[in-house]
Order: sequence, then C-alpha cells, then structure tokens
Amino acid sequence: MNKFADFIARNQYSHMIILAVLLLVILPLSMDIFRLNLVGKYLTYAFVALGLVLCWGYGGILSLGQGVFFGLGGYCMAMFLKLEASSPENTAIQSTPGIPDFMDWNQLTELPWFWEPFHSFGFTLFAVIAVPAVFAFIIAVAMFKRRVGGVYFAIITQAVAAILTILIIGQQGYTGGVNGITDLRTLHGWDIRTDEAKYILYYINALLLFLALFVAAFVIKSKLGRLLVAMRESEERVRFSGYDVSGFKIFIFCLAAAISAVGGAMFTLQVGFMSPTFVGIVPSIEMVIFCALGGRLSILGAVYGTLLVNWAKTSFSESFPELWLFAMGALFIGVVMAFPNGLAGVYQRYIEPLLLKMSKKDDSPSAPTPAAKDASSDKADTSEETLTSEERKHA
Amino acid sequence: MFAEYSASELTSIFAMQGFAGLILFSVFVLMALGLAIIFGQMGVINMAHGEFMILGAYVTYIISNLFADYLPSIYGSYFFLAMIVAFFVTAALGAFVEWAMIRHLYHRPLDTLLATWGLSLILQQLYRTVFGAREVGVTLPDWLMGSYPVTDMVEVPVNGLFVMGLTIVITVGVALMMQKSRLGKQTRAVVQNRPMAAAVGINTEKVDRMTFALGCGIAGIAGSAFTMIGSTGPTSGQLYIVDTFLVVVFGGASSLLGTVASAFTISQAQSTMEFFLSGSMAKVLTLLFVVGILMLRPQGLFTLKVRH
Repeated sequence: MNKFADFIARNQYSHMIILAVLLLVILPLSMDIFRLNLVGKYLTYAFVALGLVLCWGYGGILSLGQGVFFGLGGYCMAMFLKLEASSPENTAIQSTPGIPDFMDWNQLTELPWFWEPFHSFGFTLFAVIAVPAVFAFIIAVAMFKRRVGGVYFAIITQAVAAILTILIIGQQGYTGGVNGITDLRTLHGWDIRTDEAKYILYYINALLLFLALFVAAFVIKSKLGRLLVAMRESEERVRFSGYDVSGFKIFIFCLAAAISAVGGAMFTLQVGFMSPTFVGIVPSIEMVIFCALGGRLSILGAVYGTLLVNWAKTSFSESFPELWLFAMGALFIGVVMAFPNGLAGVYQRYIEPLLLKMSKKDDSPSAPTPAAKDASSDKADTSEETLTSEERKHA
Repeated sequence: MFAEYSASELTSIFAMQGFAGLILFSVFVLMALGLAIIFGQMGVINMAHGEFMILGAYVTYIISNLFADYLPSIYGSYFFLAMIVAFFVTAALGAFVEWAMIRHLYHRPLDTLLATWGLSLILQQLYRTVFGAREVGVTLPDWLMGSYPVTDMVEVPVNGLFVMGLTIVITVGVALMMQKSRLGKQTRAVVQNRPMAAAVGINTEKVDRMTFALGCGIAGIAGSAFTMIGSTGPTSGQLYIVDTFLVVVFGGASSLLGTVASAFTISQAQSTMEFFLSGSMAKVLTLLFVVGILMLRPQGLFTLKVRH
C-alpha cells in the first residue's frame, strides 16, 4: 500500500498510467458495450475540456463557443459517412438518387459544391482538423490582433456559437437542419454500428485522447506554456519584453479548436449522428464546467471532470430529471466559489500530501530528494502560485 | 428582391416592419439597460439576467391573476402595481445574489460568468417546478387591446405603443438617475476610480450592491413589459441573453446612449430583413454584422473617455 502511495506521489507519469489503466483495462472489462459506448461518448467531450485547459486554464482565454469546433469536426466526419450511406443503390427510391435523404426531402437535385470533396476519406480526415482550425484562426486573428480579450472574447465566441447553430438549423437542405446528419452506417464498407466496431472505436478514441494529452503536456512543459501563464498573469509585461502576445494566443486557441474537433469526429463515429444540439451556447458552456470541475490547470482533471459530470448527468436524468438542472447550477456555483482549481486542486492540496506522508513513513532513509519532490509537485506548485498571484494582483 | 412590390406597398412594408422592429427594440432596450448598468458600470457579466427578467414577468402574471380573482373591477390598472412589485422583487433577489455570490468574485470576471450561468440554470428549473413548463400569458386589459390605424395599409397595435412609451419613460428615468441622483453619481465615481471614491467616503460595497440590485430591478420591469407582447416560459429569458449582451457590447459597454443606439440598429436591421429573408437568415446576418463591426471596433460604438 505504501509502495503504491509512493509510486503515485513521486512518479511523474503515475497519474497518466492510472488513467490509462482505468480507460483501457478497467472500464472495458467491467462494462457492457452499451455503457462503454456511453463512456466513449463522454470521452469525446474530454477533448473539448482538454482544449479548454490549454486556452482557458493556461492562456486565460475563456471561449464559450468550443461547441462550434466540436461540431465542425463532427459535421466533417458526418458528411463523409452520410455520402457513403447515400450511394445511388441505397437511395434508389429518392427522386434524385445518390444525394443524402434530407437534401432530397428539401427538393435539392444535386449535391452542393462544399459536399463534393467529402467523397474522399483522406480529405475528410484533413478537413476534420483543418476546417475548425482555420475557422478558429480567423476568429483569433480578428480578436487578438486588436487586443480584445477577457469577457468580450467570451461574449463574441458565444455569438459565433449562436450564429452557427441558427445557420445549421435554418439551412435544412444543406445541413440536415435541427435533426442533424443521421442514419450513418459504414466507414469504407465497415459497419460502425456493430458491437465489435464500437469496441474498436472506443479504443481508437481513448488512444487519440492520450495522444492529445501528450501534446497538451508537451505544450504546457515547453517555453510556450510558461509564456502562456505569464501572459495570463500580466499581458503587458510579456508584450513589453518583446514577445508577440497575439501570436501565442492565436496558436493556443487554434490548437484547442483542433483538439476539440478530433473529439467531434470521434463522437460522430461512435454515436452515429451529429446535430446542432452539440454546437450551440448551452453545450459549449456545459463543456466549460467539465473543465472547471476537473481543474482548469490539470489536463488529467479535464478527463475526470468530464466523466464525472456526464456520469452524474446520465444517472440523475434517469431517476430525477427535474433535479438535474438544480445539481448542474449548484455545481457551477460551487466549483467557482469554493474550488476554483477543481478536483485537481483538492487532490493536490489534501490527498497528495497524505500520500507523501504515507510513503515517507515507509522508508525514511530514502526521504524525497529535492529533485524528485520538485518533479512530482511541480504542477501543484504552479497552480497554487498562480491563484495566489492572481488574488494578490487584485487585492 | 424588391421588384415584385409596388412603391406604396414597399413603404407600408417598411413602416410595419419598422414598427415591429420598434417593439423588439423596446425589449432590447429594457433588457440591455439593466445589463449595461451591471456590465458597463461594474464589469460583471450577469448570465442570469434573462431569468431576472422572467421573474418580473412571472410576478406580473401572479398579480394579474390576483386582480382577476379579487379586484375584477379595477383589472385595467393591475399593470402599474405589477410593475412596481416586479421591480422590488427582482431588485431584492439581485441584492441577495450580489451579497451571496457576486461580491466574492469581483476580481474574477470570467468566473462570475460561470457562476451566474449556474444561477440561471437553477432559476429556470425553479420556474419550471413552480409555474410548469408551459408558457403562461396574462389577459391584456381592454384599453391595451386592438390597434390604431394610421393609413389604409398600416396599423399599429396599442400594446406595442404602450410598451414603447414605457421604454422611453424608463430610459429617460435611468439616464436622469445616473446623471443626477446621489446613487448615480456615486456609482459613476466608483466606476471611474474605486480607491479614490472610497477615500472620499463613499461606501463602495454598498454602491456595488445597490447598482446590481438596480440593474436587476430594471430587468424585472422589462419582464413586466414583456408580458404585454409575448407569453412567458421558463426558458424565455435565455433566448434573449446573447442578443442583449451583443447590444450592450456593440453600444459601448459604459454608455447608455450607445446601448439605445445599438439596440435600435440591431432590432431594425433584424426586423426589416426578416420580411425579405427567412427569420433565421435575418438573425444570422444581423449577428454576423454586429460581430464584424466589433472585430473592427472592439470598444463599441460609443465609449466613455476615462483615464485608467
């Protein structure tokens, strides 16, 4: 037991390994495929929460429109799958065979031009990343070059989410409208609706999530990560030190968008549809609470926060649907007021010292060397430090 | 797109849509006034503002029902009492929220946004539990029914005129109060220089609470007026919140004149386009236009020149 505590508290990869064991071994073994598919769906939101850790937690840029990027990624994938599902043989009963069914219902007679490239799987994979990233780039350049930030940025991203939702719902013939793009069946002839495919997609999703976690960890550890924290604390000082502040902000916002988009694409593959309900303002803000609950400065916290909130949402809305909004509201208020660093903050403040104490009792001769201690509590220190400095700044 | 209409038809279309736009304008202004005070003066993002407005609407609904049951003879005058009660109820809730929540978060504006969003979820569910998920509406008194014909083709509804008149009165009242009254002067002093205001003896915490309560109270009046032209449901407030934020930001956050001007621009653009395009496209184009302008001019149309 003490060895285990020692491992968790001292080894800097221990938390990642525990999450990997949980996601790749424990959950698949303990759940039936229906529940596992649900977990897979939640994990696609974790991509968004992870993006928010980067741009909100570290960069200080709160975007209330991350659902836009999740949705764009998901729609790109859905367009490819829909085109495959509506081959001329499958849609022979339509008045125009070979186009998606909702276009036929809306009296379109040929495929719109922006749907054409999505016949190619290679292009789709490229577009899943590129479309949201370019879109994020346009927004970010327009805003950050003019030094718009903080609450203004939050409001504008919210407006963008509103615009995109209204556009998707309004342009039914091109986008599938409020129902979204449904009835997706195969990927290159491989049926994505079977149990086996769901297992495989779950693993692909989990591995992509770990890839994203490694990228995020790399960014945070790099000089860029340090600069982001510095900019969040005092943008002017970084600017006067000769850095191009907007460039870093644009990069981190685009990176967060691209990560969210991967989640969106995996959502479409696992759940089998994509609809505007995942694009709008409400889901976008909900995704912020996943990140806030886990801890806005913790990339692993984002994953746990997402799983926890969604698990609670599913079990609550099964038994007491009317209580869920109360719980959600209380969660928002509670996290912000009492635990601004989320679960990760609680862990670092209360549980990690306990683990360290337990492991210290075990083998006092090999007391933690300064270097090892530094490595393990590195994250804890930075988060504590940033909060106090934030408070100091405003006090 | 104008080709199939004659000149006189076009004039009436623009007049009618312009009038419809003016009603939308009234709702925007009433909602945005409270928000402009809270956001512009205090820098607090109140995502629950729509729910405060709906609270005012529900108060009006309750009072109209009370009048219908107990005082049917003077039903026509229920609205004035309802408006006053709505103001005080929402202002009281606002003061409580400021005391319990907002004052701890003044130095973290983004967190206020999340916390008030949580509050809005709670209030929405509370309304749903108490009043039911269906939308409720009040019975308009006789003197607000019907419409007033201007020409053969143009007629204006009386309730719309009344709401517009009310909007003008409230806007002027708020502007006067911010300029002339003690609270208004203190609020502006605190906004411009908080430590100095505190040094000359202004109780800044009290001013903060009063300002927040005032903004919420105006939202309550907005909700009261809203019952004149539409029905109220638990989520009606959320429909307007993003639009209203855009109105405030577009107008320049700390300028009441800017708020009125931007509410006018946005509402007129939207309702005029609505006639020629589908409603959703009109909305998309309006929002895109506003976002585009904000990208070029982030400080909004009108700005307060203050040295910080």
